[in-house]
Amino acid sequence: MSPVAESVPPKGGFSFDLCRRNEMLVQKGLKQPSFLKTGTTIVGLIFQDGVILGADTRATEGPIVADKNCEKIHYMAPNIYCCGAGTAADTEAVTDMVSSQLKLHRYHTGRESRVVTALTLLKSHLFSYQGYVSAALVLGGVDVTGPHLHTIYPHGSTDTLPFATMGSGSLAAMAVFESKYREGLTRDEGVKLVAEAICSGIFNDLGSGSNVDICVITKGKKEYLRNYMLPNPRTYVSEKGYSFAKKTEVLLTKITPLRELVEVVEGGDAMEE
Amino acid sequence: MNLADSTQAMNNLLGSEADSQRTLYPYVTGTSVVGIKYKDGILLAADMGGSYGSTLRYKTVERLKPVGKHSIIGASGEISDFQEIMRYLDELILYDNMWDDGNSLGPKEVHNYLTRMMYNRRNKFNPLWNSLVLGGVKNGQKYLGTVSMIGVHYEDNHVATGFGNHLARPILRDEWHENLTFEEGVKLLEKCMRVLLYRDRSAVNKLQIAKITEAGVTISQPYALKTSWDLSAFKNPTAGAEGSW
Repeated sequence: MSPVAESVPPKGGFSFDLCRRNEMLVQKGLKQPSFLKTGTTIVGLIFQDGVILGADTRATEGPIVADKNCEKIHYMAPNIYCCGAGTAADTEAVTDMVSSQLKLHRYHTGRESRVVTALTLLKSHLFSYQGYVSAALVLGGVDVTGPHLHTIYPHGSTDTLPFATMGSGSLAAMAVFESKYREGLTRDEGVKLVAEAICSGIFNDLGSGSNVDICVITKGKKEYLRNYMLPNPRTYVSEKGYSFAKKTEVLLTKITPLRELVEVVEGGDAMEE
Repeated sequence: MNLADSTQAMNNLLGSEADSQRTLYPYVTGTSVVGIKYKDGILLAADMGGSYGSTLRYKTVERLKPVGKHSIIGASGEISDFQEIMRYLDELILYDNMWDDGNSLGPKEVHNYLTRMMYNRRNKFNPLWNSLVLGGVKNGQKYLGTVSMIGVHYEDNHVATGFGNHLARPILRDEWHENLTFEEGVKLLEKCMRVLLYRDRSAVNKLQIAKITEAGVTISQPYALKTSWDLSAFKNPTAGAEGSW
């Protein structure tokens, strides 16, 4: 640690020191590293008994699909989930961070977390980074005050809505919502509408694709339906299978059952994601 | 930084006197046009707004016009360029009529003419700033095509320009099918125009629907769509998040 750094306490927020250097390097011809973006269609809607969130599962790195089946619906609290669009690292980090802050808050207060708490923590964090944390979120949950659905933009502004879409596929999904949403949907109608909106994004937007994830949150209960729909199955699988190059020799195949060697404790605490 | 360099280079290539004659940006613009094929022919829909930047300057701009006996054209983008295109098309139809040979230009031919016109202008760096939809029926054959300002052209069962591509085409891809009746077609178009009205800032609630069949062209009187703003969540949006907006 240099002696100079010790005397100045860290001020927090974004440090813009390296921005001038980065601009100078780009002018000199440096190709900036591309980041993993979630092209994305994320949606949320409020139905009779709570909130339904939906997301596609494609993560893109420029024109390439980096992850065909990633998880975009993040856990915030047992009764609150958050869909994230934008830079994948930013959405992961910001939702993880606020999720831990919420847990500590729950220990401190002894009460169930409220959606507005998560909302305020997220928006103040994003605002203090002036839009450089590129995370566009759809936050939904059910707490003591009822079901809530919010959208949060990278610069820190928020909306409270009965139905919302974000991401590059948001227009395709919003077209479905605007023509078919009505109040007082039942659970099955709501899930069907969310799946339709995500499919509209998957098939009409190039940044979204693969499968549909859905999360239904009601009072006291949540259902995380991972890969609820798989509308893009791999239809052709070569019957020849995989043939090794002639030079490869399989010398020996030995399978060691590890259960006999170690003690496995069944059950125990499942790790919350 | 790269953009500034290339524009400077381009200006040098074309010479300074050419600058004032080229279209650089649109001024008065129309928003999306949506078109579908149905059982008896083609249906086009467009609203009647002409925006001057972010102001809604003109509220009775007819963006759907008949062309000859067999086609209708719908345009989005710069209105003055659309008026110029109509002059060219009127001249084309006039010369065709002067042949007096019993044959008349069909939608496919007009579409091709428009494509050549748009592409050639684009090659001269002086585009007609429009996205056009051309539909028609001739000898029982239905035709629906589109041309953009750079000359990209294709034909399909349903087309849209501008925002319509993002908001209307997903709906049409799901819900269009062969042999829609006239009522079903109008309902489908109204569904698309309603979503556009909600979500496109330059849309106005005054639209026309044009129908073309073997019998001829009909362009409806302007009318407005019913919208619904009575979702209970909109009545007090910040009930759940005090102090938010």
